[in-house]
Amino acid sequence: MSQLETWDPKPGTDTGGPFQTIGTSVPGTHICELLPLSAQHMHRMALVRSINTAENDHGKGAIIMHTGRRTEPGITYPHLGSVCAKLLGADSNPLPGYIHVTPRGSGGVNAADAAFLGPRFASVALDDGKAPANIDRPTDLTAEAEALRHEMRLKASERFLQRRRTAQTEAYTHSYDQAAGLMRKRGVFDSSSEPEKVKDRYGRHDFGRHCLMARRLLEGGATFVKVTHTNYDTHHENFDFHIEQLGEFDRPFAALMDDLAVRGMLESTLVVVMSEFGRTPKINRNYGRDHWGTAWSVALAGCGIKGGAVHGKTNANGTAVADGMVNGAHLFHTYLKALGFDGKKNWYIDKRPIPMADPKAAPIKEVLA
Amino acid sequence: MSSTPVKVVPEQARPGESVQHTSPLIGARFSPTGEYVIAGTQDNSLIRWNPAKKTKDALVAHKSWVRALAFVGKLLFSGDWAGRLIAWNYADAKPAPVWDRNAHLGWLRALAVSPDGKTLASCGNDKLVKLWSIPEGKPLATFSGHDWHVYNVAFHPDGKSLLSADLRGNVKEWDLAKGTVSRILDASILYRYDQGFGADIGGVRSMAFSPDGKWLACAGITEVTNAFAGVGKPLVVLFDWVAGKTKTLLRPKTNFQGTAWGVAFHPSGFILGVGGGSGGAFWAWKLEESLASFTLTLPNNARDLTVHPEGRYFTVPFENGSLRMYDMGPK
Repeated sequence: MSQLETWDPKPGTDTGGPFQTIGTSVPGTHICELLPLSAQHMHRMALVRSINTAENDHGKGAIIMHTGRRTEPGITYPHLGSVCAKLLGADSNPLPGYIHVTPRGSGGVNAADAAFLGPRFASVALDDGKAPANIDRPTDLTAEAEALRHEMRLKASERFLQRRRTAQTEAYTHSYDQAAGLMRKRGVFDSSSEPEKVKDRYGRHDFGRHCLMARRLLEGGATFVKVTHTNYDTHHENFDFHIEQLGEFDRPFAALMDDLAVRGMLESTLVVVMSEFGRTPKINRNYGRDHWGTAWSVALAGCGIKGGAVHGKTNANGTAVADGMVNGAHLFHTYLKALGFDGKKNWYIDKRPIPMADPKAAPIKEVLA
Repeated sequence: MSSTPVKVVPEQARPGESVQHTSPLIGARFSPTGEYVIAGTQDNSLIRWNPAKKTKDALVAHKSWVRALAFVGKLLFSGDWAGRLIAWNYADAKPAPVWDRNAHLGWLRALAVSPDGKTLASCGNDKLVKLWSIPEGKPLATFSGHDWHVYNVAFHPDGKSLLSADLRGNVKEWDLAKGTVSRILDASILYRYDQGFGADIGGVRSMAFSPDGKWLACAGITEVTNAFAGVGKPLVVLFDWVAGKTKTLLRPKTNFQGTAWGVAFHPSGFILGVGGGSGGAFWAWKLEESLASFTLTLPNNARDLTVHPEGRYFTVPFENGSLRMYDMGPK
């Protein structure tokens, strides 16, 4: 996502592109004209305009933004979603702690996201926002037969666990309980019951449907939901593509913010709009912008966030951070702090302390309530 | 630039005069007499270049990029990405806006002047086509019906029809007397939805009628395999106007990746095109041939093409800020 076409526009400069700025619900704060509906939520949002992750690689940038750390040899850190699942998720919640609503073609469980927290906190991807596969009991299996199967499995499992209890077996056992719980909660995955007006408000395209799914999941008790919107890798025709992609983003994002606010959920829900990096201020020869981790932006809202705050700034044409430079570690600390946790505390893995967030960084106080 | 008739053939095309701007260029048009070339830039200004006198100055009023340019007599019309339409007396010592209009919501993508010089047509991302009176700039009509951004407009030389072409290659013929769509030509080969990227790519990037009105050319990109990297092939769709069907798909003869950003009919009958992507190229086609009969590699990505009224020269605005004239006359 280009910071220049979203949260940190620079019209009238050599890097600014063709778009203008618009005012927001916060006097003095302007964003790109491509986000008119999001602009009306700025009083609920905070912007960080001074991110320098110094990383222009898709994969490495994504790791920084998901974990708050650079890739390190010998250790893999858990993603924010898994961390939230661990810290905030209740054992009794049948929904996966970390749900990822993906574009088409990428469903399933990604255990690597949870790293040392264990597979129980792995992300579960909902391919195209659809319910997990086989969530309905097969029609030829009666409830009585299912109960008997479950009872038999429990007996076998208890016997096995008496001698071989590991994180994997825990997750295995938990997955059955979770599956049974999920089947009881399958209604949250079905957006068809939503009024037509609500579907229109979110938009009928993929990202609209997926944001509506996110709202339903959160309302249904989900701990952490990530919604992916693809694609902003605009090496070519950056401006046409941002018109289209942000046209898709703006409406459902604003609808989600509206619904969270109206339902009183925003006070307890942290909203983060992030990408793995920004886009180059320099416009390339194909009207594109390339990868840029040097000076870009993230937007936050909701739980623990100071609405209307703006942290940091870039220089006149956006080529460098001019004030308040932060990186992925600062952001990770900020997310934890906003949720009421101290990133300087440790995880303990086999009694080995591992800081929750990079000890060299701290939360960004300016955006915290 | 001599007014003496000379034999003009594209195979003789060679670089001539040029002028350098500090910002990339995105569009250009010769003035009706060929005295000036006006070019739109990425710094929101228009540059006015007089190749014979070697002068270059700026027309400043737009607050966004300009690619839409059209002339009639001493008037220049320019449209920008913010939807603003400005009329200029372009030959004045220091041109200033004669009038300006908030013409479209969002990007005003193209302009065209009717053959009688009395009507200006505009189109844009608000999916509308609008008609304006010349010289006053009074709104005359608004045509709605496109479901996608409207990329280009062109009047048929008989003055009875206006063509508007959109992102998806729908080319609508508007009956100007009735204000209705009389038929839709299919240039959808210039469009694709990239599933992996989750976005549309394509559109009719340039459009031109042959002087006799028998042929319509629509230029753009086709066979896109990677939208975000612009991996595709330039293409000009040549329509038989009476039949309303594609006559020929005009392609480069040699491998080229990118978009055909400009197309024009030469008075002698051949078709000229330029493209940008993996560098720049100029192509010339004969009506009856689908592969370019001549290719000239250009030094940079070409963004548009304008042919001098006398036909000997064409000028290309480049991504690197260069505005260069090419000579197709005898050496």
